[in-house]
Amino acid sequence: MREKIGSLAEFQALQEKCIAAKKAEKRKVLVCCGTGCAAGGNLALYEELKNQIAAHGLSFEVALGDAHEDSVIGVKKSGCHGFCEMGPLVRIEPEGWLYTKCRAEDAKEIVEKTILGGEFIERLGYNRGGELSKRQEDIPFYKKQTRRVLEHCGHIDAESIEEYLSIGGYTALAKCLFELTGEEIIQEISDSGLRGRGGAGFPTGRKWAQVAAHKEEPVKYIVCNGDEGDPGAFMDRSCMEGDPHKVLEGMIIAGVATDSTEGYIYVRAEYPLAVHRLTIAIAQAEELGILGDNILGSGKSFHMHINKGAGAFVCGEGSAMTASIEGNRGMPRTKPPRSVDKGLFGKPTCLNNVETFANVPDIIKKGAAWFRSVGTEGSPGTKAFALTGNVVNTGLIEVPMGTTLREVVYDIGGGIKNGKKFKAVQIGGPSGGCLTEEHLDLPMDFDSLKKVGAIIGSGGLVVMDEDSCMVNIAQFFMNFICEESCGKCTPCREGTTRMNEILTRITQGNGRMSDIDELKSLAEMIQSSSLCGLGKTAPNPVLSTLLNFEDEYVEHIRDKRCHCGTCKALSQFVITDKCIGCTKCARNCPVNAITGTVRHRHVIDTTRCIKCGTCKANCPVGAIKEG
Amino acid sequence: MKMERTEKTLENVNLAFVDAVLDKYGCDKSKVIAIMQDVQEKYRYLPQEALTHIAKKVGISESKLYGVATFYGNFSLDAKGKYVIKVCRGTACHVRKSSNVLQALYEATGTGEEKSSSDDGLFTIEIVSCLGACGLSPVVMVNDVVHAAMTPDKAKSLVADLREEAHEHA
Repeated sequence: MREKIGSLAEFQALQEKCIAAKKAEKRKVLVCCGTGCAAGGNLALYEELKNQIAAHGLSFEVALGDAHEDSVIGVKKSGCHGFCEMGPLVRIEPEGWLYTKCRAEDAKEIVEKTILGGEFIERLGYNRGGELSKRQEDIPFYKKQTRRVLEHCGHIDAESIEEYLSIGGYTALAKCLFELTGEEIIQEISDSGLRGRGGAGFPTGRKWAQVAAHKEEPVKYIVCNGDEGDPGAFMDRSCMEGDPHKVLEGMIIAGVATDSTEGYIYVRAEYPLAVHRLTIAIAQAEELGILGDNILGSGKSFHMHINKGAGAFVCGEGSAMTASIEGNRGMPRTKPPRSVDKGLFGKPTCLNNVETFANVPDIIKKGAAWFRSVGTEGSPGTKAFALTGNVVNTGLIEVPMGTTLREVVYDIGGGIKNGKKFKAVQIGGPSGGCLTEEHLDLPMDFDSLKKVGAIIGSGGLVVMDEDSCMVNIAQFFMNFICEESCGKCTPCREGTTRMNEILTRITQGNGRMSDIDELKSLAEMIQSSSLCGLGKTAPNPVLSTLLNFEDEYVEHIRDKRCHCGTCKALSQFVITDKCIGCTKCARNCPVNAITGTVRHRHVIDTTRCIKCGTCKANCPVGAIKEG
Repeated sequence: MKMERTEKTLENVNLAFVDAVLDKYGCDKSKVIAIMQDVQEKYRYLPQEALTHIAKKVGISESKLYGVATFYGNFSLDAKGKYVIKVCRGTACHVRKSSNVLQALYEATGTGEEKSSSDDGLFTIEIVSCLGACGLSPVVMVNDVVHAAMTPDKAKSLVADLREEAHEHA
């Protein structure tokens, strides 16, 4: 049971105690229990590690300061390290080693060799092309990153407020409560140039000032947008799972700065672990008096609520989100009034994204100049990206704003999977666009991307190789938008349906050349006449693929071909000259469409082929191509 | 979301349970989403009797509540199977061929695009836009447990395992 903190001195004393307890943990084993590694079996590994350590008669602690000894072993469940591709992951401290692809069976060896013997297990280390990287920070994936928001993700126990305190957590809040005025806090945030990480890039300081200006209103709200709906984005999830207190601290500071006393976190229902960790974090903060009435004896109050989303992408839009929190259908409304003036329950509301709030504590602690020390003039700081798709190292990364796409895809991402050629990157989800080879050296920041018709959006980066069909991707996003359009305004509801119909018929080989112009005209109409951001940006993936890959549309429409082999109706199976004539394909073909003699190249009769793919799956030498 | 109600959705609803949920949220009409989430967690769908009761107790019309319930993708007015298999069709999963995994799941469970639940009441296949586990794509989630790096073959053996598990329980 934790005791309520009644003053700044008591807070500082507790923090000292936590720091000392952290120092006492001479050896630490951090088992990643983010969604990815947990799915890989890390919970079993965690239990097995504890069993093995106990079997050796060693004392260990799972919660900070539990053991009350000078030298103990900490066995902790951490949040996401971001390197999901190599998971399940285990980090060993103080050396900073990272073990990859761990199994519960490895627990014995980890305990005997590493914990008892201080020895590195090469088999579990990260090895790329014969080059072994022992320390996590030496792995190329991490080396090029600047982790600020994600600094402690994976390095601390995400379910312990004491761990957060031990790394200087809530110091920024204490500073805001006892040293700074609301105006000074907002000034610091404004000076830092922090812009909303949810996609639009609105200056955070200005938003806070607009909410704070409503001095006449006794009730104002802070809302945290954790409804990370963009398919292909998961930085907010990792942040809420790996360092939940950082998000809470940012929100409470916003409350102190704008004189608001109620906070709401809106989290997607698809993120059960994030909801679980936030719930624990809130309960712990309430116990310590960091949330609730009279925080740390300062006289200020702040109460936190969690709202679980119910599966509607449009709720990521501000006014739709507040409607959903109020218990209504999550539909956007006409603006003005903007949410800073009339938002949740009709009161002034400060609505920011998870990553935006997570940036706040460090800005207060280290200052605006420190924040500006990385990034670009117009977009200071760092940005977390979810790097996914056909890239070697998928995972969660954080880089300074203005980092080029090439550095992200090749240096951090390790290039394209299976030695294939880079084709494009889809950035910003269904509201964004695609970037091609010519954009590889473009700095990624709010303004540079806007110029080429893409947006940072929430930060999803989906890498596509030469085998990805761009018409299919455009249709994929349009189908998504069709399903997620709330239906309030006609251009979005009907327009996206029409666009989806056209794209579908193109991918099925029934397109007409006039379809391209029709797509463009529909896109323009939807962009100019939709009410909210969802509709206004819905045509972006189509426009951007048309701009960069119009020849692929033409190939689908005129030549009735999809050379990537993605669009089934347009693709054909062909046996290349790699064929060794083993006859396996011919024997397995269910419609006897393949002919040929032993040790000679076989041929597929395309008129009989039903495109089931059995031949391709069975070919021992990969001689069958689809396209 | 399907609006039709089928015979199998009719079962006895424990109104005392619904009342307990309503009390937990103070019959607050701004909390109807949370209330319905709790009810759905128990019944795996929203029984009509429960919805009528909630509308009455929080003081909004049944049509308004129906409007909210049908707006959100996670609510279902039809009974769901014992195992709800959510298939991620997000971008990252899409480019790593999640459509083949979905197809395999349809075949293995005897469901399809137009028929989300299996006749034996064991499986419901749902398509979700993103589970946020893109690094492990393609992924599916069975009752909150994520299964990573799926292939059509792994999907088939997953269904077989679940079937066996259900059989053992029975």
